[in-house]
Amino acid sequence: MFESLSQLALQEYWWVLVSILGAVLVFLLFVQGGQTMISCLGKTDIERTMIVNSLGRKWEFTFTTLVTFGGAFFASFPLFYSTSFGGAYWVWMIILFAFIIQAVSYEYRTRPNNFFGERTYEKFLFVNGLIGTIFLGTAVATFFSGSEFSVNEMNQSQWELPTHGLEAALNFFNLSLGLAVFFLSRVLALLYFMNNINDDAIVERARKRLVINAGAFLVFFLTFVVWLMLRDGFAVNPETKEVYMEPYKYFNNLIGMPVVLIMFLAGVVMVLWGIFIGIKSASPNGIWFAGLGTVSTVLALFFLAGFHNTAFYPSTYDLQSSLTIENASSSHYTLTAMSYVSLMIPFVIAYIWYAWKAINVKPIDKEEMSADDKDGHVY
Amino acid sequence: MVENVDLSLVDWSRAQFALTAMFHWIFVPLTLGLGYIVAFMETIYVKTGDPEWKRITKFWMNLFGINFAIGVATGIILEFQFGTNWSNYSWFVGDIFGAPLAIEGIMAFFMESTFIAVMFFGWDKVSKKFHLTSSWLTAIGANLSALWILVANAWMQNPVGMKFNPDSARNEMVNFWDVLFSPTAVNKFLHTTTSGFVLASMFVVGISAWFLLHKRNQLFAKKSIIVGSVFGFIATIMVIFTGDGAAKDIAKHQPMKLAAMEGLYQGEEGAPLMIYGFLSGSDEERLKDPREDNFIVNIPVPGMLSFLANGDFGSYVPGIRDMLYGNEKHGILSFEERIKRGYIAQQTLKELKEAEKNDDLARYERLKLKFEDKEWLDTFMKYFGYGTYFDADPQKLEANVLELVPPVTIAFHAFHIMVGLGTLFLLVFALLFYYTIKNKIENVKWLLLVALWSIPLVYLAQQTGWLVAEVGRQPWVIQDMMNTRMAVSQIETSSVQITFWLFAITFVGLAIAEAKIMLTQIKKGPKEGGQ
Repeated sequence: MFESLSQLALQEYWWVLVSILGAVLVFLLFVQGGQTMISCLGKTDIERTMIVNSLGRKWEFTFTTLVTFGGAFFASFPLFYSTSFGGAYWVWMIILFAFIIQAVSYEYRTRPNNFFGERTYEKFLFVNGLIGTIFLGTAVATFFSGSEFSVNEMNQSQWELPTHGLEAALNFFNLSLGLAVFFLSRVLALLYFMNNINDDAIVERARKRLVINAGAFLVFFLTFVVWLMLRDGFAVNPETKEVYMEPYKYFNNLIGMPVVLIMFLAGVVMVLWGIFIGIKSASPNGIWFAGLGTVSTVLALFFLAGFHNTAFYPSTYDLQSSLTIENASSSHYTLTAMSYVSLMIPFVIAYIWYAWKAINVKPIDKEEMSADDKDGHVY
Repeated sequence: MVENVDLSLVDWSRAQFALTAMFHWIFVPLTLGLGYIVAFMETIYVKTGDPEWKRITKFWMNLFGINFAIGVATGIILEFQFGTNWSNYSWFVGDIFGAPLAIEGIMAFFMESTFIAVMFFGWDKVSKKFHLTSSWLTAIGANLSALWILVANAWMQNPVGMKFNPDSARNEMVNFWDVLFSPTAVNKFLHTTTSGFVLASMFVVGISAWFLLHKRNQLFAKKSIIVGSVFGFIATIMVIFTGDGAAKDIAKHQPMKLAAMEGLYQGEEGAPLMIYGFLSGSDEERLKDPREDNFIVNIPVPGMLSFLANGDFGSYVPGIRDMLYGNEKHGILSFEERIKRGYIAQQTLKELKEAEKNDDLARYERLKLKFEDKEWLDTFMKYFGYGTYFDADPQKLEANVLELVPPVTIAFHAFHIMVGLGTLFLLVFALLFYYTIKNKIENVKWLLLVALWSIPLVYLAQQTGWLVAEVGRQPWVIQDMMNTRMAVSQIETSSVQITFWLFAITFVGLAIAEAKIMLTQIKKGPKEGGQ
């Protein structure tokens, strides 16, 4: 089946898969957003416990998606992996440390004799939420703004700035996407709490906070989108494969790929609708609209970066070192083999859905968190 | 680029990776084995309906959860570090190595993380059978994760199923099944996972022994010992069996590693296996100053190494010197010759790239044909990685040859400690099972103490196993194709030093937290801890 596809078709298929993983990851970052609001939404111990447990039953899902996103990127576009990870060393290391401290915090937070103390683990969760989202957003923004690296004829890469990726975080436009992702993750978390926690006080606080977080998200998101539409982009000549700067490249991509334009606009509308019904009536359905909208919008952004003869990981140091889905990918054989494995994805989604449905039949409440004879596991 | 690599950068990058991998490997074996032990126990609970088994299951499941979290935390670091610290390697083998890593994510990690949630949060939410299925799927998911990363590791020890593509300057996969089912991969997977079962079994019987020594929760402890000792005994036999397979595989594909593991400098027919021994002088001294006997003291078993390597007591096993300087009688090519041939392969690739750059198509096509010619590939390309050690000055070249010997002392001790402890564990499991069945176990205090103190020993055995596999193959990242110097990312050494210490501090903090939490839960015992 996949063997007969051209190399380009396989590369496009894998760019779609990587984009889906990236888009789902951004949606699932609501866990990180929620972690930055544990103490401001939970005023008592039991309220905080409800919030932590509500997030705690999802955190591993986000974490696994991040790992799989990285693994899939490595497998399908290894030159990106080697160039970006080996070059933007400090950005990835900061993201990494932010996730290491998260992984133990849920399990250890309320355990007796846990060495660091409950509040420290909550701080770890806060740091993960803050740093993880901003830096991931900033790293993705470099898909549009470029980085200072070169790749030689042996495909060995070299970062040309001693700051090793930290420079990306000092670029306002990269940062605008980072902050947009941060506030979006908080918006999604607030909508998620409205759906997943059965407690009037928390839901009401979440509704109030939604206004300011949604406002901040919109400011940074619009800043990023306006900048993106107006800036020159990294185009690839389909014949010679030469990379050159094209005015309004990403706007042209959007117009040139009507499906992506529809995905982008529909996504933004859905996010806004989710926020609207959340603010208006603390609707438990806001998370579904905003979540789907997030996936659709992020998917559209990834497509803008990788398709329509565009370099998805451009080099501002040496334009011809820029990475495209064609020059950075794995071989036809490997992409084919992995494409067969990708057929398992619907099955994986089905069992995840089934398992989560089974244990999330009702929202978290005080009774479940404080039951003395509880048979479950409370963080 | 490669020629100018700062060696301290390589050393710090290696140190950082070793630190992370060894720390990760403290927690993973317990997850691999305890997952199954918990699933066995829950199966007995579901079959018998005896609430005591539910209590037992929940106690061990609780410890599983504490341990699991830190395994997850350290696992992601390894994935990142392949890119951050070994970027040239990531490209050179990404076409092969990346695939198992992606499959691991899609197949195994999601299975593990989905069903572990049901395991912990689903007791009163799903049916008994669904819960039991989730416990089994968590254990299977954890072991599947191990499968794919070990397939990738095995490929690095014995690269198969690929072809070098000079245009992309990397290895490309041509047969997925050869990569997945190479004997090295099969042996490595079975040997490593079953060793995890041994560790988890020892963890269970050791802690149960502690309860018996303190005369607490005796029924719980005895039942746990039965499950742990049976599982542990079977697993140890499998470890020995697969270890034998691994040794034969090493003899075939990594003879230098085998020679280092045994401190065998001069090859011989009917080569002895050391029960234990102490090497004389340093690694460097033994190489530069050849001697008759390289041991201060040793206990050899004649012919045993030959048997271990080739299944024949009289067969020939090459020593370190035979490989360094060649042995015509046994058809062993010297490393100096390999370096020269590897250098020719590297230069051919460079020339091809130059021809491509200069649009010299005729020359490009002529050179490219070499990479299709099986004889040229077997004569030169096979030694591609050795070319990095080339030097036009014969004296320097001679000195470079010595860099191709792994740290012998570390490999030797690590191997013998691992094997010795494995044998001890077999005995411990057998005796524990015997005395528990006879209902006398609480009176055999010395055995309970041995079981308890075997917990740190089983962790030591795991770490030494890692040392044998990874230090024993130095300096290769990919056997004969890429060394650590070629593989490393071009970053400032100071950056790696900073992250090394950040990792070290983080790991120490996490280890203390984990140990304190774990010990507190163990001391609480099954009644409280299991709830």
